[in-house]
Amino acid sequence: MQTVFQKPEALTDVAMHYCPGCTHGIIHRLVAEAIDSLGIREQAIGIASVGCSVFAYDYFNCDMQQAAHGRAPAVATGVKRVRPENIVFTYQGDGDLASIGMAEIVHAAARSENITVIFVNNAIYGMTSGQMAPTTLLGQKTATSPRGRTVEEMGYPIKMCELLATLEGPAYLSRVSTHDSRHVLQAGRAIKKAFEVQQQKKGFAMVEVLSTCSVNWGMTPVNALQWMEENMVPYYPLGVYRDVTAKEGN
Amino acid sequence: MARTLMKGNEALSEAAIRAGLKAFYGYPITPQNEIPAYMAEHLPLRGGVYLQAESEVAAINMVYGAAGAGVRVMTSSSSPGISLKQEGISYIAAGQLPCVIVNVVRNGPGLGGIQPAQGDYFQAVKGGGHGDYRLIVLAPGNVQEMADLTTLAFDLADKWRNPVMVLSDGILGQMMEPVEFAENGEPKQFDKPWATTGAVNRKPNVVNTLDIIADKAEKNMQALLAKYEKIKEEEVRWQEVGTEDADVILVGYGTSGRVARSAMEMARKEGLKVGLFRPITLWPFPEERLCELAKPERQFIAVEMSAGQMIEDVRLAVNGISPVYLSNRLGGMVPTPEDVLAKTREILEGRVN
Repeated sequence: MQTVFQKPEALTDVAMHYCPGCTHGIIHRLVAEAIDSLGIREQAIGIASVGCSVFAYDYFNCDMQQAAHGRAPAVATGVKRVRPENIVFTYQGDGDLASIGMAEIVHAAARSENITVIFVNNAIYGMTSGQMAPTTLLGQKTATSPRGRTVEEMGYPIKMCELLATLEGPAYLSRVSTHDSRHVLQAGRAIKKAFEVQQQKKGFAMVEVLSTCSVNWGMTPVNALQWMEENMVPYYPLGVYRDVTAKEGN
Repeated sequence: MARTLMKGNEALSEAAIRAGLKAFYGYPITPQNEIPAYMAEHLPLRGGVYLQAESEVAAINMVYGAAGAGVRVMTSSSSPGISLKQEGISYIAAGQLPCVIVNVVRNGPGLGGIQPAQGDYFQAVKGGGHGDYRLIVLAPGNVQEMADLTTLAFDLADKWRNPVMVLSDGILGQMMEPVEFAENGEPKQFDKPWATTGAVNRKPNVVNTLDIIADKAEKNMQALLAKYEKIKEEEVRWQEVGTEDADVILVGYGTSGRVARSAMEMARKEGLKVGLFRPITLWPFPEERLCELAKPERQFIAVEMSAGQMIEDVRLAVNGISPVYLSNRLGGMVPTPEDVLAKTREILEGRVN
């Protein structure tokens, strides 16, 4: 019998806790497929963050460390500097990376730490039940912006790829989305690229993946995908913000 | 190696490198700056990694990562910086990761000053971060001990899979004394089959501190507490001089221990029966021995450069059998042996209630 579809080896055979309609599961799979296709599962050390993806250490079938809120890039730095032959990646949400962990991500990028960062941006704090995030869109209603986010009260959403692209350090910065299958496939290629950049010792690589949170957005999964395409993609333009390998003509 | 004259912070750094240190992650703050400077100068040339982090918060989390990856790693700071590290220290203790944290204590609270003090005693021995955990806390009393206790700190950290703090102060860090490094050959090696090194021919290793199922979390806590009990049984260290016949025992650690020793020697020359008890491990605290020494006719003086923190552990240890008094200075001021001797005389003459 021919196997036509199976779980990536880099994922454990554990039921994930993610809510119905959440795209974390898709993104986990894309990361695992990238690890499998590059044959780096036995080299990989993943850093889970605090937020919905805190249990990532149960889902990725490789060595894992669970980091304090926002500190995953520092933990990854600590690992990578003493184990440069391993492939070290973080998996972080928007509250973790763009709010409490802003200093750690900016400095890891500025140092061009040779790590891969998977940044899942769903414009809300999911695990703590739907508070405003640094990436919450203007007008978006959350538990802590019940009348919608306003510039006067809460300022502007942060565009991490654009912000980090002001630094010399990053080797690869890309923003992708998961709102339809074509974009999921593109996201998979970007994630694989972010691991290849590390393999080639080019330096800091981050992929920002736009993601849904249908439960905390108060939408059906299908409506959430549509809302993401119509509202998040225009504010967070997709594309490659830095690719040092392209400059070299590879 | 012959005896050489070194600053305490440098002796500590050299001992750490000789102990097989593979990574140092730090951040500038006075009065510990000689440590990162020494590391930056020497560690990369001797097979290790030196990195100045963007903050103390980042530095302690880099320590977490490297400790989880199975190498000998340390950080150092001074009081306000150590406060910033407390979250990470709690995680490191919960993850049972071996590492060494050096606190060259300065006066506080707040930004405080840059003078030597001992006001971080509670923070070091009672927790400091959130949750039920303990650090092993070593208190060097001279430059030789800055080196020797640092070597010991790495061995204890690996032996017990626990963070170890070397609690120094601005005087011990900055002063110069002769120091000799033992020719022990290679540092002790410890197997770390739990470390994240890449899952080659084994199941993945996970370094984790999240425990969301209450009954499982309680069992894990009980295992942690059982470890702490074993550390209390096996690792208590102290120094005792002239306690057998003492009417008054001076209790002091670190710089205060040196002052107390001078006061004791002056008192003995006057014929006063005064002894010295110097805790070397502040956690575990040498409470059993202090309890043995307690008698109704014997009095204790806690000598401190803090508002009276260690005195609480002395009182708990003697459990009401002996009276315990305080001789202290604050704000970065250092008690003189004469101050302590004067207090001792007051007590012996019954002028203190």
